[in-house]
Amino acid sequence: MKAFLGFIVKEFYHIFRDRRTLLILFGMPLVQLLLFGYAIRNELNKVDIAVLDQARDEVTREVIDKLLASGHFQLSAYPDSEEEIGEIFQKGIARGVVIFEPGFGRKFVHDGRAGVHIITDASDPNMAQMLDVYMSNVIHEYQREQAEQNRGDVNITATGVVPQIRMLFNPDLRSANLFVPGLIAFILMLVSAFLTSITIAREKEQGTMEILLVSPLNPLQIIIGKVLPYLLLSVINVFMVLVVALMIFQVPFRGSLVLFTLLCILFIMTALALGVRISSIVRDQQTAMMMSLAGLLLPTILLSGFIFPIANMPAVLQWISHIVPAKWFLIIIRGIMLKGSGMEHLWKEALILFGMMLILLVSSIRSFKIRLE
Amino acid sequence: MNPGESTRFVIMNTILYLIQKEFLQVFRNRLMLAIIIFMPIAQLVVLAYAATFEIRDINLFVIDRDMSSESRALIDRFAASENFRIIGYSTEQHAADRAILRNEATMALEIPVHAGRSLARNGHTPVSLRMDAVDGFSANIAGQYATEIINRYNAEFYPPAHAVIDVNVRHWFNPELNYRIYMVPGILVLLVTVIGGFLSGMNIVREKEIGTMEQINVTPITKSQFIIGKMVPFLILALLMFSFGLLLAKFWFHVPFEGSLALIYLLVTTYLLVALGLGLLVSTISSTQQQAILITWFIFVIFILLSGLFTPIDSMPDWVQPLTWANPVAWFIDIIRRVMLTGAGFYDVWYSYIVLLGYGLLFINAAILRYRKSTG
Repeated sequence: MKAFLGFIVKEFYHIFRDRRTLLILFGMPLVQLLLFGYAIRNELNKVDIAVLDQARDEVTREVIDKLLASGHFQLSAYPDSEEEIGEIFQKGIARGVVIFEPGFGRKFVHDGRAGVHIITDASDPNMAQMLDVYMSNVIHEYQREQAEQNRGDVNITATGVVPQIRMLFNPDLRSANLFVPGLIAFILMLVSAFLTSITIAREKEQGTMEILLVSPLNPLQIIIGKVLPYLLLSVINVFMVLVVALMIFQVPFRGSLVLFTLLCILFIMTALALGVRISSIVRDQQTAMMMSLAGLLLPTILLSGFIFPIANMPAVLQWISHIVPAKWFLIIIRGIMLKGSGMEHLWKEALILFGMMLILLVSSIRSFKIRLE
Repeated sequence: MNPGESTRFVIMNTILYLIQKEFLQVFRNRLMLAIIIFMPIAQLVVLAYAATFEIRDINLFVIDRDMSSESRALIDRFAASENFRIIGYSTEQHAADRAILRNEATMALEIPVHAGRSLARNGHTPVSLRMDAVDGFSANIAGQYATEIINRYNAEFYPPAHAVIDVNVRHWFNPELNYRIYMVPGILVLLVTVIGGFLSGMNIVREKEIGTMEQINVTPITKSQFIIGKMVPFLILALLMFSFGLLLAKFWFHVPFEGSLALIYLLVTTYLLVALGLGLLVSTISSTQQQAILITWFIFVIFILLSGLFTPIDSMPDWVQPLTWANPVAWFIDIIRRVMLTGAGFYDVWYSYIVLLGYGLLFINAAILRYRKSTG
């Protein structure tokens, strides 16, 4: 037992001696949190547009003003002909062009019908679609306002079925609310699985594994000693991220903290077992890194619903996503944090995660080799 | 042979030997080789299909408390839309709430009692759309789709009586708004970044850690020879992988190549100088491979998130946008997309190219300066 304690102390020394790594381990989640909270957005904010105004009258000026007043667009070019549009896109001057037909104002006022062309640079289809929707909305709003002014009829906006949209759980559509749970899953994977696999591979590469194996410690003790410091680091990291998220980004926490902690530990165990499993296959750190990168971190980022919604993926990828532990964990913590779900809603996901953990744990302990080849 | 020529010969030979050694090391490790070959394919295919903000198949729960011909007509519109999939009907609100809490539905459409009668009598009626907005992006877009369906329904049965502006939209370069065509060039960037940055980032540290660095340090090799010798093999590997990715992009994803292939290779090679230079710089700074990985990961995560690869730079807040000027990945993603997808020529991108080249030279020189032939 004393040997075991000594071993654990050695492992802690290993980690806490390396200040640079510690700094990154605690700094990285914070920087990522800030980036996801502030920088990663999918909305229009002063996008450059060009206007080709072939009418140059009162009405076109009003429509342009209304477009610019929305805050979504800013004017970057005033081309004279359609031929210039290609170059505008190729140089990246604007992402969309609004073209008013000749005699626009006259047609609108007298004929009751006038035409606008919107041309988007759809090399970014996401942006093109947003430009389309936002611009159409602004133009429709203009036409509605005109109708109200002309008739003094307020009710004109309310013809037919009027949708009343309510956003549940996240009424301000804040991206931090979506990303914080994902970030927690990602950090746990990074610290627990990635670093564990590398640290065991390191002992192998440097030949110190041999020394551990001939020591009186049994394999199970070696594994526990190796993963314990990372378990501690993971837990500290998660609570740090949680506190920052709650304080700075006011991310809601509606569920039970006890349930949250218990399920976090379940996920950490899964990740640690994965790390040990990977390290038993590889012989050096570089291979361990590439395997963890391809097998753990990328699926955790891509196939867990962290950034990209799983529901939109092709069926094959949706199937693969079922074996990504982070997917189930994300459903659980999003449920607890944002929806206030309890065990009665989440038992299925928790059970799946528990099953995964058991399988991985057994397989990683059995695969741990006590002899060198 | 005069003395000058023989010196040059020796210099070239030294670099060539180092390159040969690096290749031997890469090809000897079978597992590594398999990963290097397999990873780009998997990454390209998975990312191209997974990295999408397209919204299809929104799971809709319908609460029809009116049961009139009008309410059924509206529900039929949703059922016919390819964006929505109706997963349940009920007349009770709490059935919808339960479906949302269990993640079975993301949207609930509720038509109130007497909606049909109100439409006939007053010309309008409210309907409620409640959405699981945990994913705010998707919820927003789903809301737009639902509004669009309702607008079209209104336009048919309850047309407005005022002047209208016909909005006609054309999407250039990618008329079907195929998201993959847009993502694939960006993913190719990610691919060469991972190979270039990470492998080179670990390389020198590895020699330090296993002690072979000492052996190289006692040879007459110069600092710049050493760095160049370390760079070239990874440059070649990354270019090979990039070419492979290009073939996939062309024949699997049918990405149209508007720009010139020569220009694309020039740009990629220049960008690789940045990625490799940065990796080697990290490598000379770190003392263990674990450190090197974490630092490289840290830097590239920031670079990639702020590069416009996944979310447009235009959408970022004003104070963040200037930060992207210091990000070589953002410059590169912008020009490679413009060249590949809109057919921009060198003349259109020369400015960004100079910036990129500047970053590359900066990082390489920093790596050469930081590399010490003495230990301790």
